[in-house]
Parts: sequence; structure tokens; C-alpha cells
Amino acid sequence: MPPKSEFPLQSLTAARVVVVAGKGGVGKTTVTAVIARAASDAGQRVLVVELDGKPALAELLPDVEVLAISAPEALDEYLREHGFARIAKRLNRTGVIDVVGTAAPGIDDIVVLGKIKQLERSDDYDLIVVDGPAAGHAITFLTSAAGLADAVSSGPVRAQADDVLELLHDAERCQVVLVTLPETTPVNEVVETAFALEDDVGVQLGPVVVNAVDVGDPLPDDAAVRRAVAGLDDASAQGLLDAAAFRRSRREMEAGEIARLARELPIPKVTLPALLVAGLTASDVRELAATLVSETGVVT
Amino acid sequence: MIDGDVIDGDVIDASTVIVCCGSGGVGKTTTAAVLGLEAARRGRRAVVVTIDPARRLADALGLAEGLAAEPQRIELAADGAWTPGGELWAMMLDTAATFDGLVRRHADSDEQIERILTNSFYRNIAGALSGTQEYMAAETLHDLHGDDRFDLVIVDTPPSRNALDFLEAPGVLARFLDHRLFRLLMLPTRGGLRVIGTATQPILKAIGKVVGSDVLADSVAFFQAFAGMETGFRERADDVVRLIRAPATSFVVVAAPRHDTIDEAVWFANQLIDQGVGVTSAIVNRAHPQFGDGSAADAVAAADGARHAGDDVLGVLWDNVATLRTMRDLELGVIEPLAEIVGGDRLVVLPLLDSDVHDLVGLLVIAGHLFDHPVADG
Repeated sequence: MPPKSEFPLQSLTAARVVVVAGKGGVGKTTVTAVIARAASDAGQRVLVVELDGKPALAELLPDVEVLAISAPEALDEYLREHGFARIAKRLNRTGVIDVVGTAAPGIDDIVVLGKIKQLERSDDYDLIVVDGPAAGHAITFLTSAAGLADAVSSGPVRAQADDVLELLHDAERCQVVLVTLPETTPVNEVVETAFALEDDVGVQLGPVVVNAVDVGDPLPDDAAVRRAVAGLDDASAQGLLDAAAFRRSRREMEAGEIARLARELPIPKVTLPALLVAGLTASDVRELAATLVSETGVVT
Repeated sequence: MIDGDVIDGDVIDASTVIVCCGSGGVGKTTTAAVLGLEAARRGRRAVVVTIDPARRLADALGLAEGLAAEPQRIELAADGAWTPGGELWAMMLDTAATFDGLVRRHADSDEQIERILTNSFYRNIAGALSGTQEYMAAETLHDLHGDDRFDLVIVDTPPSRNALDFLEAPGVLARFLDHRLFRLLMLPTRGGLRVIGTATQPILKAIGKVVGSDVLADSVAFFQAFAGMETGFRERADDVVRLIRAPATSFVVVAAPRHDTIDEAVWFANQLIDQGVGVTSAIVNRAHPQFGDGSAADAVAAADGARHAGDDVLGVLWDNVATLRTMRDLELGVIEPLAEIVGGDRLVVLPLLDSDVHDLVGLLVIAGHLFDHPVADG
């Protein structure tokens, strides 16, 4: 168990490698950027790893090192460094590896995880934050090592799988941070993914981040709203009534989902507030990162 | 300008296939279900194929056991609010089972079928080869299109950054069989193709060293088992491509009103236009609704006025309206580039609802917003 901590940042960065995972659209990249920002501001040497070629992270983190890792490049590099330079050249030239790679699914994933393991071992970084694959693929991504260790009995790919398994099973070196939204489907999915990761991968789960929670000032109840708008024209009064009812209803739904998440998934949660934006910028990331090291950031 | 607040019913009335595309998490599956329900309302016999559906969708459709890999008819009881003139069916894509069906159709003998289906390399690629899911979605689409039970097929494509994946998917397997490894293993002879021995190929020995010899043996056996099936696969792929490009096939791009998903939707739309298929409609899900008349600035001024007059409660209420209007303005601003590409009259913005969709009535309410019929009020 990582030590009990004061601010969310400590529990989110309790392991040297943090893999951020979640369903599409829940804010996985946002959470990756926010953790990296907060850790970097706290003086840590941070590396951000992105796997799907989205340029967004470099824009969100102008002064943090961002590395894109692709499977073909990682494999090529691995083979060269392990005395298989000639094979690497031939594999590249014939393009055969992408076909054979599918024979043992996970070869792609294993070389990427292997590269991350190598970076972790280098001692060049205090923290490596990985913008991981979508929740469904997160499970296959992280189970690739165990699957390969079963399927392949020897050779460099097998050795790589063993190293990666060691990393994944060490709670001080690696943890997974799952991201969700305070809504029904994302909560269902994060609960399923969390259990699958614990059961199938045996990887340490960090706190679950509940992203984009409406944390504004409380709104008066319907009766109080009616009293307050009594003196207004009908159209304005109705607009205020509808807007207050809408916001209260959304918040009730969010609170209900957060409570259900607490019941169904008994691990710590960190909440990030919804910002008044339709697309995140570097300064929004800064604002969210500040909540991870302040009294408003809570681990529940 | 975004001026289309409803979709032209022609999207449904004039199509035999509707393909919904967009990035993950934007409500694509729900949109496909809504289109299917609207089609049933309009008297069509529609089948909705979803990929990896959320449990909630099965619940909303009243399927206690969840969606199956075969089409199931959805119970649509007329309840005063509407009378379904047609039928709604739903199923989920089963990539591996669809692939098995394809192998059965094209293989020459039971023995060949058996050899392929039990090959462990095949079992892996049936579920995992990149592009397989897209290809099988296209294959399922082709099957359902030829099924007399249905006159409209609505598919929800796999979330993919590349709209082309779906369009090009049918070619993936054909290309796969064109692959160098396949050709390395096959020697043309007078009687057709003949499999050569692994040991004679140094490259194969090299691959075996890296990935392990059992893995290599499996992949070689796989290609050997597929010998003779390439032509059938290619012809089928051509049929599927023709269907996807047919005039009665409509493409609906789905997005959420956030910068990143709109960027992807714009990309999708551009690809579809470049490919000559075009975008029939764009649907942006879950934008904040407009509350009352006036701008966000008006609401901010009203909040200040209320506080000045000592009415803090009214101040909080106007603040709330200001926040919601600001959010809507930001969202509409973000959507603009998509409207420019597909045309404002082809783009519909659906409101964020104050609760989750959990039954047919919820889906009908969305359909009412999309097609402007009175069910929205019921």
C-alpha cells in the first residue's frame, strides 16, 4: 500500500509509472495532462507518454517532455539493442512482422510496455504518465504480457513479456488510474474495468478520477426560486425556473452516480471540477492541476 | 451558420442503409437506436447493428437478456403518444462469428473449414487483426441488406480515428492475403499454388527466433489453410464496397460539442466528402439548452443588478442562467467548423437532457427533437 497522503497528487503519483485509462470521451488525456502538470510544478522530473498519435498533449503541456511511442518503432529499437539488428532490418524490409505479430496478439503492446519499462529503469524520470488506451483496450493492453508469456516459450519477446509482468505486478513501480464521468454508462464501465484489471492483470489501481463534476454554488430549491422570481416578467421567470431545475437535476444525477460508484467500487476517488470550456487549453490544465494540491482537491 | 434544427426525414425515408460514424463516447450507439425507432415510427422495417453496446442501450430497448448476435425484434407498444407503423430490430456485432461464417461460405471443403476454424492464429486474428472489426461490420451490413425481413439497416461503426477504415475495411483481408508472407509461403505451380517448406526460407527462421517457433508454425498453417480462398474473399469485398457507396446509403456523422470530438468529426466529414460518399447529416449530441431569451452578458448584468438591489437569491439564479448560456455559446462556437463543412441545414444540435436515457420513451424524446414531431412533448 502506498502511504496515506494529504493531497490527491500524492496518491495519484504513488508509483513511478502511472497508466491513465478510461472510456472514450471521459477525459483521459485531460487527466494525463493534469497529473503531469501538478507533478512537474511540484519539482518532479516528468515524462508523458502518448500512444495514439494525438498531438494534443504537447500543446496542453508546453514545458513537459512528451514522448510518442509507436509499436513498430519500439520493436525495431528493441531488436537492435538486443543483438538482432540484422533480423530487425529484414523484418522491416519485408513488412512481415505486422502479420506475424497478430499470431501472438499483444506483441505490439508488449514492445510498447517494454519501452516504458526501459524508461522507468533509466532513472531519468521521477514520474512517467502514460495516456493509455481506451478502457476496453486497456485490459488487453495490460494483459498482453501474461498472454504472451503463456503463448511464447522462449526468445526475446518472451523475455520482454517477463520484464513487463514484473513491472505491472510491482505496486511501487506501476499503477493504473481510471477516469470516469459522473454519469451512468461511464460509471458502469469503470466499475467493470477496475474489477477486470485487478482480477486479470493484478495491477495496482490508484484512485479513480471522476472528471468534470459540476461543483458550483448550491442552487435554491424550487419554492425559493418561485419566491425570488415572483416580481419578474413571465418569460424571464420561466427561464430562471427552468435553468435552476435543469442544473439541480443534473447535479442530483451526478451525485447519485458518484454515490453509486462509491458503493460499487471501494477504492479512493479524486474529483476534478467541470470547467466552463468546450475544449481544454494549457491554462485550464494549470487550473485543474492546482486543485490536486489544494484543500479543494479531496480523496474520498 | 447552424440553421437546421431538425433532420430532413428523407435521411430515413430515402435510405436503405444508414452508417453512423464518429469518435468514441459521443452517443453514436444511442443515435443509431433513435434513428431506428424513428424509422419504425415512419413505417420502415429497420434493424440496428451496434458494436460493443452499453448495457443501458439493451435496457432502454427493453431487452432484459441484452443484445444478441442475431436480430431480435423490439416490442413497440402503441401507447397514445405514438403508433409504430413499422418494426424495430436490434443486434450486436459478433466479429469472430461473422468471420467464421465468411470462412464457411468460401471454403472448398469441410476439411478446410475445420483446419481454419481450429487454427490458433486464425482464432487470434478473427478477433484482433486491425481492421477485422470494421470489415465484419461491413460484412454484417451486406448480409442484413439482403435479408427480406428488413428494408433499412442502421450500423453503428467501430470508434475509429479514420473514417476510411470502414470504407476500406472490406479490402483489408484481401490485402492481407496479398501479403508478402503469404506469397513467401506459396509457390505458383502448374496446378495452382503450392505451399513450400518453412525450413527453406531464411526469413522465416529469423522470424521464428524472435516470436518463437510455435507461433510461426501456427501462422504458416493458417496461410496454408487459406490457400484457394482469396478470389472468393475479393469478390465479396467488392460487393460490400459497392453497397457502401450506393446512393441509398446515407452517412450520419455524430459528435459531441467539444473541441476534440468536433475536430474528429470534421476530419470524418472531409474524408467522406473526399471519398465521394458525402455526409447526409451531422448530429451533435448533448449541447446545453437555451434558457429564456437574451445573451450570457444580459444574464451577468441581471445578476449584478439583483445583487445591487440586495437580492442574493435572484443573483445566484441569474448567475446560473449566465453559466448555462455561456456554455451553450462556447459549444455552438466549437460546432461551427462542422456546420461549415456539412452545411448548416444538415446539422442538428441535440440538447443535453436533465437525466439519462433509460427507456424507449427517452429514445422517443430524442427522436422528437431530431425530427420535430410532437412525441418530444409527451
